[in-house]
Amino acid sequence: MSAVERPLIYANLRKPGYSIDLDCYLKHGGYEALKKAVAMKPDEVCKEVEISGLRGRGGAGFPTGMKWKFLDRKSGKPCYLVVNADESEPGTFKDRQIIYKDPHQMLEGIAITAWAIQAKQTFIYIRGEFQHGAKILENAIAEAKAKGFLGNNILGSGYSCDVVVHRGGGCYVCGEETGLIESLEGKRGYPRIKPPYFPAVLGVYNCPTIVNNAETLAQVKHVLTFGGAEFAKIGVPGDSGTHIWGVSGLVKRPGLYEIEAGKATFGQLLYDFCGGPLDGRKFKAIIPGGSSTKILKFGERFKGKLPNGQEFDWALEDIPLDSNSIAACGTGLGTGGTIVIDDSVEMIQALSNLNAFYAHETCGQCTPCREGSLWLSRVSKRITTGGGLESDVPLLLDIANQVAGRTICAHGEAVAWPVQSAVPKFKDEYLDSIKRRQKGESVSTLKLI
Amino acid sequence: MSLKPSTLSQADTIIAQYPQKRSATMPLLHLVQEDRGYITQDDMAWVAEKVGVTPIQVLEVVTFYPMFRQQAIGRRHVKVCRTLSCALRGSYALMESLEKSLNCPRGETSADGNFTLEFVECIADCGCGPVVQVDHALHENIAPEKAAEFADQIKNSLKDSNYGKNKPQPGTPEWNG
Repeated sequence: MSAVERPLIYANLRKPGYSIDLDCYLKHGGYEALKKAVAMKPDEVCKEVEISGLRGRGGAGFPTGMKWKFLDRKSGKPCYLVVNADESEPGTFKDRQIIYKDPHQMLEGIAITAWAIQAKQTFIYIRGEFQHGAKILENAIAEAKAKGFLGNNILGSGYSCDVVVHRGGGCYVCGEETGLIESLEGKRGYPRIKPPYFPAVLGVYNCPTIVNNAETLAQVKHVLTFGGAEFAKIGVPGDSGTHIWGVSGLVKRPGLYEIEAGKATFGQLLYDFCGGPLDGRKFKAIIPGGSSTKILKFGERFKGKLPNGQEFDWALEDIPLDSNSIAACGTGLGTGGTIVIDDSVEMIQALSNLNAFYAHETCGQCTPCREGSLWLSRVSKRITTGGGLESDVPLLLDIANQVAGRTICAHGEAVAWPVQSAVPKFKDEYLDSIKRRQKGESVSTLKLI
Repeated sequence: MSLKPSTLSQADTIIAQYPQKRSATMPLLHLVQEDRGYITQDDMAWVAEKVGVTPIQVLEVVTFYPMFRQQAIGRRHVKVCRTLSCALRGSYALMESLEKSLNCPRGETSADGNFTLEFVECIADCGCGPVVQVDHALHENIAPEKAAEFADQIKNSLKDSNYGKNKPQPGTPEWNG
């Protein structure tokens, strides 16, 4: 059976003539979910989100309702909502669409969430490069305030929440929630150590804080529209709602495809939606959910057991697009940003490209990450420039193994995982790249580093 | 100082948005940079005083974030995405062509002061790679074959007296920037 898209988040923004202004949003049923929410008690809204089974869309996939439950209510301090719109994970470009084409959808999700957790104030941390996006959001906030959807006395409920747009400075690590909080406080974006700095307890200004991804908040709006129990029926048990697959790299039709969780496979995504490989090429590998997720190789078999006990034996093309199935194959759904690599690509160059990214973006706080990312970048680049030794391949793995698990934040894992997953799968090709260069033979003309 | 009066007057509005003044550090730095084009020591001292920290605490921020700069740049700031998705679509070949067409090596400003050409990391538009941010506008699908034409477009914009002043329209590079 051929798979079809089920646009929820992108349903309106794809319609011809749909615009960002409030009138257009209201004509499409805008802010009805907020009306529903403020007619409920905040705890009831939290409960709806919990039973919806919604998982965060920022990469880690943590259940949103559970995250909200962790909020420290006993401290007596005000709590804050922070929206992570610092979309920076390579391969990820889904939140941009919401911000630039349907900002009110996210703002409605923000208003609902702020009500649910009774946030004193909301900050939207948007990446600095989204200059016009920040302006779009500011205008949309002003429109929403004028109509009582945000700001003072939201829909006559007596509850008020101001929303401030805060632009970042082009730093990947500020997408990490505690780094983001430091940055929001006007400092370098050095991630904080957990414990004690769990944002739900000690977040922005050391007050309880919920940090949610931009798309997650747009999903919250739909949770309220459907009701938690109905929303949970979209997708598969353990992963509800839709996932936006952002496919980039070497396919015929790169782009964004919104698919009900678990209702299509990677094969269908890459062949039916994206039109397959470029003419005369063959797929070689994918990085499934943003550059920090582990690479999958075409031709591999994936065997194991799902959390529900079901055994599986899949080719890459057979893997269903839901978080449990993808996790069972040793990688992650992440942000759904799938980078596609074909047979024209020299794998060591692809790895070196990503190593250079992580070396550039390490904040420098933890020695293993600061030094490790730099050495990984230097060693892999040395191979691509002809100075590589055969011992460099195990060396890459050795360095990566000394970074993962030894850092304050997950940037350490992000540095290590591409190497740890790619070296065992492409070791022979790396060795071949080293030998070809030693002999002066030709290599791929597609330059990636 | 010589910052515009509008910059100075916006500062207090920005600071008032935050429960703690220090949070306004980055917004004020963006404001200064948009006004002057870069950030001077005096600017940092001004921001520090405004938000109640020492100048070195502002310098720490300026040196941490790649978007802040302490030197003037060319009249057009050309940022080519280097990260994997764009690289797979040819951003390295694109960069090599732009270096020739704009007569400007990557990471530098051209001798005539017209262009600053840089590689940057992922700018979150991976499905339309290679992407190039030129000042306020984001240009999509700039394949290496289009490099010369694209360079001409950037050069011609130097003669456009309305450059950067038009209201962005949906779907245009100015909108997506």
